[in-house]
Amino acid sequence: MDLMEKSKVMQNEKFGEKDFQTIIGNLLRYGVWTSLSVAFIGGIVYLLGHSSDIEDYSVFHENDRNIFEVISAIYKGAIQGNGESLIFVGIILLFLTPVFRVLLSLFSFLLEKDYLYVVITLIVILIILISVSFGFSH
Amino acid sequence: MTVLTFTLIMILGAFLAGFIGSLSGLGGGIIIIPLLTVILGVDIHYAIGAALVSVIATSSGSASAYVKEGITNMRLGIFLEIATTIGAVCGALLSTIAPTSFIAVLFGLTLIFSAINSLRKKEEHIVLESSPLAKKLRLDGTYPTHDGEVVSYGTKNVVGGFGMMGIAGMMSGLLGIGSGAFKVIAMDNIMRIPFKVSTTTSNFMMGVTAMASSVIYIQKGYIEPGICMPVVIGVLFGAMAGAKVLVRTNPKKLRIFFACLIFVLAVNMIYNGLNGKI
Repeated sequence: MDLMEKSKVMQNEKFGEKDFQTIIGNLLRYGVWTSLSVAFIGGIVYLLGHSSDIEDYSVFHENDRNIFEVISAIYKGAIQGNGESLIFVGIILLFLTPVFRVLLSLFSFLLEKDYLYVVITLIVILIILISVSFGFSH
Repeated sequence: MTVLTFTLIMILGAFLAGFIGSLSGLGGGIIIIPLLTVILGVDIHYAIGAALVSVIATSSGSASAYVKEGITNMRLGIFLEIATTIGAVCGALLSTIAPTSFIAVLFGLTLIFSAINSLRKKEEHIVLESSPLAKKLRLDGTYPTHDGEVVSYGTKNVVGGFGMMGIAGMMSGLLGIGSGAFKVIAMDNIMRIPFKVSTTTSNFMMGVTAMASSVIYIQKGYIEPGICMPVVIGVLFGAMAGAKVLVRTNPKKLRIFFACLIFVLAVNMIYNGLNGKI
């Protein structure tokens, strides 16, 4: 490879990385605002229906539902316009924002042909999947 | 207390927590937990869940700008996420079996440690030459300064930093906090990363670390929408207000004041934990 070609490749690489920085930055920002807006709307709905209820949070009620049961319950509630379920949708969107960020970095490393970091990113994804799968053990 | 009263008090309290967290550099999550448990009598598990949600919101929000400016070292962040996510899963599992009083005391001690750490004078030592492992992992990098200069830096002691990050992740999963103080030790003191890069990269990593423990939290019922909603909104706006004030004031005196305040809260939590009141 001659020198000019090499510098061109390097420029391409730099351009790619800068691009991904912008995309990942935007993803984080809009992810947070979207999820908070959903949670806020849910909060208004919840308050309209329950503002004078008495809630006691001083005692912890432990659950043992796996994540898919929780999500399907939230989905059903959200369709019926249940405020608490809508807040939960917002919270789940918030949790998903960093997951999308990891997937984006995986693509970024694949494009850069940085296979060491493709593997490192896959390990992180694997750990997250393992943490999800702890739900099955119950 | 009715839901409406509780929500309004929470928004106000969380705003204050976010504000203090941002000015003191401790983060909002670590202040919201004593506020909820000691002052409002909320169970510590719900407090931990709400804190974790607010930590993801504030860290992702502020990380976005630094990623765009190219200050965040994404390779370093993703590599260390292996350690923090493993730690977080272990910590979250541990929190489901650990007695409440143990969590309260550990939290109080972490609070004291973080407060002292925020007061410590920090000196920057940028290393230029990376260790062989850091070279292999391409953990060195550059970052732009205010004047548009580009500073290069190397990385040392990858194994030590990785181990400390595992502990940081575990504390995060166990207590629902960002555990910034532990990450700073891992990156500044052990790996010799410049402050600007270490703080922004630690912010960048927070979302994924918290995500790893959040699944377990959701399954165990730590995430209570009625508490999380006012907490997240309050903390986020409080943190934004804090960041605005921070630009205009010298935070040194404020830091000492907040450190004392946090010390009192921490002692209170430890005392209540030992007496089984939390």
